[in-house]
Amino acid sequence: MKGTGYRPGAWMLWLACAASPALGADLSGYVAAEFRAFTSTALDPRQHDENLSVVAEPEWSWQWNDGRSTIAFVPFARLDQNDDERTHVDIRELAWSTAHDAWELRLGVRKVFWGVTESQHLVDIINQTDVVENPDGEDKLGQPMINLALINDWGTVDLFVLLGFRERTFPGAEGRLRTHPRVDVDRAIFESSREERHVDFAVRWSHAIGDWDLGLAQFHGTTRDPRFVPVTDPDGERVLAPVYEQINQSSADIQATKGSWLWKLEALTRSGQGERISAAVGGFEYTFYGMFDTPLDLGVVAEYLYTDRPVATRSPFEDDVFAGVRLTLNDAQSSTALLGCIVDLGESGRLCSLEASRRLSDHWVLSIEARQFQDLDPGDPLFTLRRDDYLQAELAYHF
Amino acid sequence: MRVMQRLRLLPLAALFAAPLPAQTPAETPEEQGLAIAAEADRRDIGWQDSKAAMKMVLRNRQGEVSERAIRVNSLEVKGDGDKSLIIFDQPADVKGTAFLSYTHATEPDDQWLYLPALKRIKRIASANKSGPFMGSEFAYEDISSQEVEKYSYKYLRDEEVDGLPAFVIERTPQYRHSGYTKQIAWLDKEHYRVLKVDYFDRKGAHIKTLTMTDYRQYLDRFWRANRMDMINHQNGKSTTLEWDNYQFRNGYTDRDFDRNTLKRAR
Repeated sequence: MKGTGYRPGAWMLWLACAASPALGADLSGYVAAEFRAFTSTALDPRQHDENLSVVAEPEWSWQWNDGRSTIAFVPFARLDQNDDERTHVDIRELAWSTAHDAWELRLGVRKVFWGVTESQHLVDIINQTDVVENPDGEDKLGQPMINLALINDWGTVDLFVLLGFRERTFPGAEGRLRTHPRVDVDRAIFESSREERHVDFAVRWSHAIGDWDLGLAQFHGTTRDPRFVPVTDPDGERVLAPVYEQINQSSADIQATKGSWLWKLEALTRSGQGERISAAVGGFEYTFYGMFDTPLDLGVVAEYLYTDRPVATRSPFEDDVFAGVRLTLNDAQSSTALLGCIVDLGESGRLCSLEASRRLSDHWVLSIEARQFQDLDPGDPLFTLRRDDYLQAELAYHF
Repeated sequence: MRVMQRLRLLPLAALFAAPLPAQTPAETPEEQGLAIAAEADRRDIGWQDSKAAMKMVLRNRQGEVSERAIRVNSLEVKGDGDKSLIIFDQPADVKGTAFLSYTHATEPDDQWLYLPALKRIKRIASANKSGPFMGSEFAYEDISSQEVEKYSYKYLRDEEVDGLPAFVIERTPQYRHSGYTKQIAWLDKEHYRVLKVDYFDRKGAHIKTLTMTDYRQYLDRFWRANRMDMINHQNGKSTTLEWDNYQFRNGYTDRDFDRNTLKRAR
């Protein structure tokens, strides 16, 4: 097993033990088995067309002072049949927090989410993406931090000191849904001489004013989103080395909630990876509640994705439209399905995905996922995934 | 999400600030109905804040049962609707999900949902009032704070419910996106507690009946039903809410109902 997880300092374990007033932990979490079948033969003969995987994510939490003080510990482990890089462990959370009238202090390994859009999480930057988990980029690695939130009538100001940097995970030689050539995480190149020990800073203001939810943020530190340069491994294999540069990023995220309409915008500008780049994603979600006098809700999502960053830095979404429908049955099994496609307006190319889930009983949940990459242009960064259409089923036991 | 039996403080209620004898002859059935609703509201002013645990039992037509467990914290807001924070404990796959809402009398409510897997707070559409709450036979509008202005009223008749003399009033939703054309509510004459409600859907058909029982009095003043049974006559399903461990005046402030608290709620 390859441990890519952050190893917390002894001080953090001390903190977890010392601050807990022994109220007894609340244990929850899940274990799951996942099966993926790819519909085409892989580009690389080392890759496999079927894959089994198991995952566990327990959560221990303690709270006291009527919930104003908490400790959470969330380890994570996946064992993958074929991909040594996807077999990994992590500490998603090991954090203590205390809440007061005017401020909250949160110390330790945590996950923080920023943003409002559905097709892409553009401004979400605190945590590194755990790419081996799922190509949708929604899985994140735990980030060690000190986070002080200052709570004011005019909004919350969050100050972050990010203690150390987490490298992005990438599938190994035998893993699917990867670039060709593959990314070799052992060849990572850092701009800062402090490499993954570089301390990053971020500040965010967020506020809700009537129908509007607003966020403004500034980040200074190591990019979460690397460039790649081709290098040759000692054994002669051509691989890609991720390049982690120092960036400054300013971002905004805005949502207006108007009846059944949600209007959303995320935008950023970033310097430090060659020329200054900017990117935005924006659109709407409209929901038809109680379709045909049934409990069924149907949501329609449309978003436009833009970036002026060069293809060499591998953002596939420079002039694309996402269109999707979300079906919510509102039944006792909480059945939902989301079907969506991102269509490249400039070149050919389409990425479609279907995600559906249903609770089978009090503890069991079945999730189905399918992704299809169609008509990709050889110049598209996604071209490397052209043979990686797949169907996935996951059966999870929650406790 | 203060529940059913409370109606909201509003300027109108001040008109009836002097305890209103139930027998006061109002000119029209509409004025009589409004007077009853306003009196019920007036009697529930001053509880400040509360917390309670709730078990939800869902039964389908075949008698199969599934359970949910949530905790509800509420804050009385003077001059506006209540604030509430709901924390989901069961089923296990939604544990840690939390829901924050600011109810308003005439404006749409503000609602945020916290999704623990992504650590994401989502502002959700306020138009979603008539959909099932957690897959149950209760709609969100059935269990959210009941402001006097949310309905127009009409007194219908007097009638006994399980031996208790009660007023029968018709309530017509005045807010957009309601799933109902009207509701018929029975309130007992002594304490102005809602004992029973018949719901009529958009086609005017009698779709559901709610009965509220096991009323207990808190702080020597405020009545809360500890059991609510909703029967859906059209699909044969039913849902029972069992409330437990009501605690009032916990010293909550707005700070206990903000988005920072929503992220912390477990």
